[in-house]
Amino acid sequence: MKSLAELQAIRDKTRAAVTLRENAEAGTRVLVGMATCGIAAGARPVLNAFVEEVAKRGLQDVMVTQTGCIGICQYEPVVEIVTPGHEKVTYVKMTPEKAVRVVNDHLVNGNVVSEYTIGANAIGAK
Amino acid sequence: MFRSNVLVCGGTGCTSSNSEQIIERLKEEIKAQGLEKEVNVIRTGCFGLCALGPIMVVYPEGAFYSRVTPEDVPEIVSEHLLKGRIVKRLLYQETVVDDNTTKSLNETTFYAKQMRIALRNCGVINPENIDEYIAQDGYAALGKVLTEMTPQEVIDLVLASGLRGRGGAGFPTGRKWQFAAASKAEQKYACCNADEGDPGAFMDRSVLEGDPHSVLEAMAIAGYAIGYGLLGKNIFDSGFDFDIDIRLGAGAFVCGEETALMTSIEGKRGEPRVRPPFPAVKGLFGVPTVLNNVETYANIPQIILKGADWFRSIGTEKSPGTKVFALGGKITNTGLVEVPMGTTLREVVEEIGGGVPGGHQFKAAQTGGPSGGCIPAKLIDTPIDYDNLIAIGSMMGSGGLIVMDETTCMVDIAKFFLEFTVDESCGKCTPCRVGTKRLLEILNKITSGNGTLEDIDKMEELCYYIKENSLCGLGQTAPNPVLSTLKYYRDEYEAHVVEHRCPAGACKALTNYSIEADKCKGCTLCARNCPVGAISGSVKQPHVIDTTKCIKCGVCMEKCKFGAVVKK
Repeated sequence: MKSLAELQAIRDKTRAAVTLRENAEAGTRVLVGMATCGIAAGARPVLNAFVEEVAKRGLQDVMVTQTGCIGICQYEPVVEIVTPGHEKVTYVKMTPEKAVRVVNDHLVNGNVVSEYTIGANAIGAK
Repeated sequence: MFRSNVLVCGGTGCTSSNSEQIIERLKEEIKAQGLEKEVNVIRTGCFGLCALGPIMVVYPEGAFYSRVTPEDVPEIVSEHLLKGRIVKRLLYQETVVDDNTTKSLNETTFYAKQMRIALRNCGVINPENIDEYIAQDGYAALGKVLTEMTPQEVIDLVLASGLRGRGGAGFPTGRKWQFAAASKAEQKYACCNADEGDPGAFMDRSVLEGDPHSVLEAMAIAGYAIGYGLLGKNIFDSGFDFDIDIRLGAGAFVCGEETALMTSIEGKRGEPRVRPPFPAVKGLFGVPTVLNNVETYANIPQIILKGADWFRSIGTEKSPGTKVFALGGKITNTGLVEVPMGTTLREVVEEIGGGVPGGHQFKAAQTGGPSGGCIPAKLIDTPIDYDNLIAIGSMMGSGGLIVMDETTCMVDIAKFFLEFTVDESCGKCTPCRVGTKRLLEILNKITSGNGTLEDIDKMEELCYYIKENSLCGLGQTAPNPVLSTLKYYRDEYEAHVVEHRCPAGACKALTNYSIEADKCKGCTLCARNCPVGAISGSVKQPHVIDTTKCIKCGVCMEKCKFGAVVKK
């Protein structure tokens, strides 16, 4: 350790990993469906992409976690975003690339990515 | 970047109930499921709720698993870590609200009234990874001190915070530092007293296990403040060097006394010496030394970062801050708790501790270990701080808090602590060496039913003599368990002497078991379980205990389904 700047650099680098252990009561929760159907459809890379991107953006108030099957297995990987005071947003047929966009547009800027939501896809499917 | 962190308690209690095997099994299962790049397993320090160990917490969900066994691990990995389904049967039931919701740990009665300063990183970080400590603002206080503050400013800040020594005596830390800084010498030492010897106390051990860097950081700060010119060289480019050396003691209680500790560090027999000169003037190897307890040090970095006013806003006017207690004895939540000073004994015992188990009544709490005294049930609303405890004849001590119920005999407790001090007296001065031995002899005489009222008076006189004439803290406080039990429970002493009776039924020589004929159904259960064959009687006939054979083990009373066995 040579300087205060170096200390600060280590702090910033490790901070994101440690914050994960504190914000069990975070404002916004990102729930990735990780039941058998979700995992089979590729939910794990989606989950990891959310974790990476949220950490990269330094979002302190967001918790990325898993949930079970919500019953719409044909739309997996399903991701639900729950923010207190807002309506729940359900994204379907997610990919890691879509995840990055959801973090940037929805979580950072507050714009729901309508084309990925269940509403857009269910109608499109019909 | 890991998506999930699994924290497993590596504190003393959980380690002794197999947390090491749990960690190994976790790593194997995580690897088998191919999750090793997604899930991070961390061995942390003590969570405090030792009664429910081994403890495992999974983040980001904050799922608090208790009493986990290595056999539970595959289920946790495949259900929770892989599929995201929390294993409800293993959750700490206090955190379960209903089927689908859990509440955070900080809302449970055990944690709600706690405030963690010294223990803030215990159970949060990996103590062996310095980067995680730095992520929690670690070493930022040292950085601030070395680059922005003069040694005198550091001392003034610690003085202003009102921090008092957590080792037991409660001497203002800042004043100690001031004395050591004022002594002129080429070399000075900053020592940390980690010789935690009270039976049942594990506060300092847990801080060192769970957050060692906080102590190292604070020692470097102390070194800078007292003006010791040599961890490392030229720290933060400030020209300040600090080197550290760990000395293992052989486990003598007396070495918790500062002068005995330093004598033993010097390689000599651990015996105390006369003060003055105080260590701040002439300490380790004859040079000025500042010596603080582990918990005291653990508070320092936070005080530097958050300021004296913040620290003063916690606790009471004369005892600011928090205190860690090792909660033990007849209490539901055995463990480690940190509460603001001024929290009442009732809050600690009934709320945080979850009360006395088994339908028993709270009788007293013992604080301060072998140097302390008891707080009777009638004083349960006493706010705990240094001065209040001394006023009621106990002391803070290092923080052992042993809860007793109505089955605990106060004479027996005094005897227990005296046995300890007799063993641990170093023998250097006569009042302590011989005095404590004589005290114990009188206590043995009383608990065996051979004591007289004069013995009680003589014992009391001897207590004061030992207190006044002993060389060090060990002898000066050794009679406290006797004096405080005499103060509040003299009637129990008198019952032993006059009526040859132990009211709590704990002193074996004074209790006899018998069977009440009208309640006995003659089921023979007691006779079959008696290890010495002292119970006779035929089926469906009242049984009888032969008191000459009886060893008073109490098995019959425990086994009897009709409450027919009584102890008098």
